[in-house]
Amino acid sequence: MIRTKRFTALAVVASLAFAACGGDDNEADAPASEDTTADTTADTVPAGGVSGTLIGAGASSQKAAMQAWQAGFQAANPDATVEYDPIGSGGGREQFLAGGTSFAGSDAYLKDEEWEASKDRCAGDLGAINLPHYVSPIAVAYNLPGVDELRLSTAALAGIFAGEITEWTDPMIADENPGVELPDLAINPVHRSDESGTSKNFTEYLGKVEPDVWTFGAIEVWPEVGGEGAQGTSGVVAAIGAGEGSIGYADASQIGDLGAAVIQVGDNWTAYSPEAAARSVDASNRIEGRTEFDFGFSLDRTTTEAGVYPITLVSYHIVCLEYETQEEVDLVKAFMRYVGSAEGQAAAAEAAGSAPISAELTAQLETAIDMITVAG
Amino acid sequence: MDTATQPAGLIRPLSRSVLPVLVVVALVAAGAFSFAVAGSINIPIVIVVGGVVNLALTYVVSRRAEGHRRAVDRTATSVITTLMVAALVPLLSVLWTALSRGTARFDLELFTETMRSVVGEGGGAKHAIIGTAIITGLASLMAVPIGTFTGIYLVEYSRGGRLARVTTSMVDVMTGIPSIVAGLFAYALFSLIQGPGARSGFAGSVALALLMTPIVVRSTQEMLRLVPNELREASYALGVPKWRTITKVVIPTAVAGLLTGVSLSIARVIGETAPLLVAAGLAQDTNLNPFSGRMTSLPVMSYYGYAAPGFPPEADYERGWSAALLLIVLVLVIFTVSRILARVLRPKGLR
Amino acid sequence: MTPSTTAPRGPLGDRVFRRLSVSAGVTVLVALAAVAVFLVFRALPAFTSAQNEIGVGGDNGEGEGFLSYVLPLLFGTVWAALIALLIAMPVAVGVALFITQYASKRIASALGYGIDLLAAIPSVVYGLWGIFVLAPVLARNVYPWLGDNLGFLPFFSGTTSTSGRTMMTAAVVLAIMILPIISAISREVFTQTPALHKEAALALGATRWEMIRMTVLPYGRSGVIAASMLGLGRALGETMAVALILSPADVISLKLLTNQNPNTIAANIALQFPESTGLEVNTLIATGLVLFAATFVVNAMARRVAGGEVND
Repeated sequence: MIRTKRFTALAVVASLAFAACGGDDNEADAPASEDTTADTTADTVPAGGVSGTLIGAGASSQKAAMQAWQAGFQAANPDATVEYDPIGSGGGREQFLAGGTSFAGSDAYLKDEEWEASKDRCAGDLGAINLPHYVSPIAVAYNLPGVDELRLSTAALAGIFAGEITEWTDPMIADENPGVELPDLAINPVHRSDESGTSKNFTEYLGKVEPDVWTFGAIEVWPEVGGEGAQGTSGVVAAIGAGEGSIGYADASQIGDLGAAVIQVGDNWTAYSPEAAARSVDASNRIEGRTEFDFGFSLDRTTTEAGVYPITLVSYHIVCLEYETQEEVDLVKAFMRYVGSAEGQAAAAEAAGSAPISAELTAQLETAIDMITVAG
Repeated sequence: MDTATQPAGLIRPLSRSVLPVLVVVALVAAGAFSFAVAGSINIPIVIVVGGVVNLALTYVVSRRAEGHRRAVDRTATSVITTLMVAALVPLLSVLWTALSRGTARFDLELFTETMRSVVGEGGGAKHAIIGTAIITGLASLMAVPIGTFTGIYLVEYSRGGRLARVTTSMVDVMTGIPSIVAGLFAYALFSLIQGPGARSGFAGSVALALLMTPIVVRSTQEMLRLVPNELREASYALGVPKWRTITKVVIPTAVAGLLTGVSLSIARVIGETAPLLVAAGLAQDTNLNPFSGRMTSLPVMSYYGYAAPGFPPEADYERGWSAALLLIVLVLVIFTVSRILARVLRPKGLR
Repeated sequence: MTPSTTAPRGPLGDRVFRRLSVSAGVTVLVALAAVAVFLVFRALPAFTSAQNEIGVGGDNGEGEGFLSYVLPLLFGTVWAALIALLIAMPVAVGVALFITQYASKRIASALGYGIDLLAAIPSVVYGLWGIFVLAPVLARNVYPWLGDNLGFLPFFSGTTSTSGRTMMTAAVVLAIMILPIISAISREVFTQTPALHKEAALALGATRWEMIRMTVLPYGRSGVIAASMLGLGRALGETMAVALILSPADVISLKLLTNQNPNTIAANIALQFPESTGLEVNTLIATGLVLFAATFVVNAMARRVAGGEVND
């Protein structure tokens, strides 16, 4: 069933990675060689790959990346199948906590009470951990014919989405864009009409950088400030494309031909890029009060560092530290290891336009994944 | 049409060449109006205003030549024809949209490949075709007999008793179940039976059956009620028992309508996305067992092709539109079969 | 039941058939009761919890109370469905009349087929068609004109949307979706008008329209209203097409052409459910319960309008 060259290459890389994880750690030269725990993996992952069905559910933001991960993983483990229902983060976490799935995909890490609940759901009493496997920049896309580069200060950005700046010729925008001929159009800010992690991340950013202008905090449903609502990333992109003067936020890989605003970060101007997004995760702190293997991040939105793009969505895989059966442990470990590896991240970057996590983070995540065991 | 249905009048009928002239006059007037108001030829305005002017002109001209009653008749004909055309415009537009976007991937692979381990281009909808067939088939197996018998009960057996009244209003309420709530219900039900997170094709079928049943009941009711009572009475008078009367006289008489209702109800649910995503989940590979494991259907595949495409999104968009086009073709086939069945089953005496 | 059954298998067959019919009716009741129990059970916390916690997607449990959450949605649901019905019903009746009374047999069959096809198109496709084809056309050609010239009417006032994702567009798409349901059943009903009545009317010198007004329409009235109720039911509960097309906001507004539209209950559930947890889920399911009640009321009213003829 291998249909494209790209895919063949991917499969080969993936199987190499698995050889590295599963067997002799000296032999393979996989880039993810921060693997220092071959002793624990050698006895849990059979050499021919794992088998069985691994079921997950959750964030639809990961769907495209998941397709690539499923393909790569199943190519290396022909007897294994990964199913993923993109029912949304909330539903994913709820089903995981109810014991219906082996892992959850979620645009937010487990809330405190959910973490407590996870101690009941998981075998043993260590609870579940958050693995930040999908990092993606959120672009601020606009539809202004003839405007190739648009700089937006944090104040202008917050003002536009709060409904306070309504014309493209507003000095707040014009002053930062000398030499750019801004059209005399009304601004039509487009937002997500469905509850989404993208909205939550974007509004959290606005609330952190301009708390006086964006007073609504981090929210999933748009407040009463006007603007146009559209369903899903595709809907937002279509709505921006449909009307001149529109501006909106969307997963950067999906904005197509639309222009993307350059954002003020401290005294710098930063355009989105996968690298800049990944850097924002590295520049952030892990949440406190969880186990040492938890990698929930509280993103530093107010960073002033150059080259960091703070409007970034981090989507997690939520897994237990202890499961009931060896089969489930093997599947979860093998799959998570692949997803977090350089190969898995590269596959997602190609298929979904996400930002590969840094090598250090991969190494850290691997130590956490290695801790997954059978209870008892 | 034939002039036989037109009563012979003493009035001189309008010459055939007059009406097209009126259309031209109306269009010119509408164009002028559009120019005066909007400053350019705005096609929707021209069509609407032209239509109204044409109606008025037809009435006036016809009234002078043929009198008030004929003029009203002509106007009614024009209005009804216009409504017919108005209904066809969106149909053609939707079909054209689906065709022009869906043919890119409407190839052999669509029928022979699944989405297992597919990234980017390639892949097909085999798993979704099978899933749609199984899920919709099982839903019909549940909803059609239950719905038809409920309709028979309401029309043929109940004498307006309390059970009948309650059932009728409950069926009304059922038409208002939002599809996603039906899905949530099926999901909750099967989570109780099969454990948390249970998803299966059958759970999807139950959700769809909930949506189908009221449509089948209501159309059965309407169609059975249209069967003239004389037929039933004649049958009883010949000593035929009631159930034989129903199966041999009432149902065959109404069969065309019943089949229309059934095929409409199938069409109503075969394109459902929301409940199936909740209840049946998403699988990349073929699953033949409706009672265990996730099962993808065509609308779910189509929806995700649009809602969560990969990068670049074109491959997913194209697959999504092809799945949608396939769905339309599928329903076309169902309609055709039901029409042929209706013709075969309709008693010879009727038309 | 008829007493005149002398055939040996008659009584047994009758009993079996009767029982089958009754149990089918009871099954429908049981199924609906199960759904209702599920809904009430899951919705209950939204009514019993502290009302200031009720709300969906807000920041840290700040809510507005269930009533003020559901009212705009209820309004939007009924508003969209009513406009859709207002558009669809005359067109559907016109279509049914054209097919049954005007067109020749062959054309009638082809046209009927075409209109039935409208029912075959999945709601996702309608949604996408609405976004990519209908909304831009209306936004470019029709809405600006309506806004400029009829803006004094409350329906057409306000800032006209540039992308066309308005209540009007959603209602037009809903109308197209329910058109085949209404017209298919109306068609069947009109076909069944006794030929005797029609011929009598024509023999008395009635024009075709007079014949339709005197025989076909009265005969089909109950059927048309029942069909419209089915259509209304679908319009009230339609999820995906509205979710894709409408630009929603938390408002109660009669304006049809702006991008601040009241959302519908079903679309809102579809939009908010995936990311909801805990009390939010209860709240959304409670709105589903309200939709249930609304459907019930609308149907009861339609029944009254029909003069009790819909049921015997």
